[in-house]
Amino acid sequence: MNLRPVGERGLLVELDDNATAQQLARHVRDRFGERVQEVVPGHTTVLIVGARRRLPAAELAGWVPGPQDAAAQVKTLEVPVTYDGPDLGTVAQACGMSVEAVVRRHAAARYTVAFLGFAPGFAYLIGGDPVLRPGRRSQPRERVPAGAVALAGEYAAVYPRASPGGWQLIGRTELVMFDPARDPPALATPGRTVRFREAAGD
Amino acid sequence: MIEVLDAGPLTTVQDLGRPGWAHLGVPRSGAADRGAVRLANRLAGNPEGAAALETSLAGPRLRIHHDCVVVLAGAPCPAAVAGRELALHQATRLAAGDELIVGRAQRGARTYIAFAGGIDAPPTLGSRATDTLAGLGPAPLRAGDRLALGDPYGRPPAVDVVPVPEPAGEVEVALLLGPRDDWLAAGALDALHAAAYTVDAASNRVGVRLTGPRLHWARPQELRSEGIVPGAVQVPPSGQPIVLLADHPTTGGYPVVGVVAERALDRVAQLRPGDRIRLRPVPNPV
Repeated sequence: MNLRPVGERGLLVELDDNATAQQLARHVRDRFGERVQEVVPGHTTVLIVGARRRLPAAELAGWVPGPQDAAAQVKTLEVPVTYDGPDLGTVAQACGMSVEAVVRRHAAARYTVAFLGFAPGFAYLIGGDPVLRPGRRSQPRERVPAGAVALAGEYAAVYPRASPGGWQLIGRTELVMFDPARDPPALATPGRTVRFREAAGD
Repeated sequence: MIEVLDAGPLTTVQDLGRPGWAHLGVPRSGAADRGAVRLANRLAGNPEGAAALETSLAGPRLRIHHDCVVVLAGAPCPAAVAGRELALHQATRLAAGDELIVGRAQRGARTYIAFAGGIDAPPTLGSRATDTLAGLGPAPLRAGDRLALGDPYGRPPAVDVVPVPEPAGEVEVALLLGPRDDWLAAGALDALHAAAYTVDAASNRVGVRLTGPRLHWARPQELRSEGIVPGAVQVPPSGQPIVLLADHPTTGGYPVVGVVAERALDRVAQLRPGDRIRLRPVPNPV
């Protein structure tokens, strides 16, 4: 792993892949507790912000990723989806398949939360079907509704609240992805497995 | 209780924010000038993290509904109650029925209005701060809003002199290099230091947008998203740097060339459109 400084109290650790980043993030939280203020996974990085000072590089020396543990034993998050997004047809065309195939492949995939960013509770999901990788829209929308189920490049996501957005929208969910009054506030936490399923028609 | 008669351009409730939630996409938020809100609170006899009001360029008009004590800090601005001028850094007793008018900042951008007891708004994730990007915390003030105050913590301290430098229209701040200073093309760092950048009008609590000499990347490809801290100086494809402030997005794919030191960030938070800033690169070994 490679270490880079971030201001006075931060350390950015570069790892080989997201699974390793999740392991390191868990290790740092467990081992250093109150000494760290933020532990923020990125796609292949972990940002560690010390509560008072930067975590000394020596404290991380010698850490090696262990065998892939059962990802902190958090239950898989199931997201019920009504697949009627405005970009479903565009995605099908871009990926060279039927709309039904898009839905089938999206619902069959085991996604992992790589990291959160952009908005509270906005989780960037990786591990989806490699042929289901449409590019972003050329023109972003001024308003993507809360609960929108979306794809862009190597990522899938659910918009936790209404915001501008350039991702391809393939459906919507009623699941509340982020609620600050809830514990934990976000459903899709770093490293969690996420699966989508077609919602029972109502 | 405080009643808002006129909210001003943008007045929000701010404290020292909600650290510890960045992994869920929630930045710390809180006062953009942390030193000023701490000072206002100390002078009001509050803990430093009590909730106060933060203005942007001009302040609100407030009606006071019960006796209370108020302190102003940060950007100097005219402030008056019942025709009496209020100076910065002075605990002033207000009476029920008083109207407090906080005017346009004469220098700097953000004035902090602390009341003894603090603003008693319901906290979100442990803080009363308004995050204007994430949409967490209380909504920005609007005319008609009523704000409760907490009970005063004790007498404000007796203070004769508060030697705080005034906000300046031209600042130079240390830029602690990293994590992605190696993404800049050769010579770009020297160009960065040599130039005074101008603060763009499109600046806000998310970040201060700077215009000036373009900073070129050495590498063509985009960076995968990684965690960001307040004070980070991002270089987007335009080459025009952005100094991120309290309501920054928690991850980003634009390279961060360096981070402004925390104390110095308070001075950046007081820059107005048209002000100038010089970023002085400083090595930051791990």
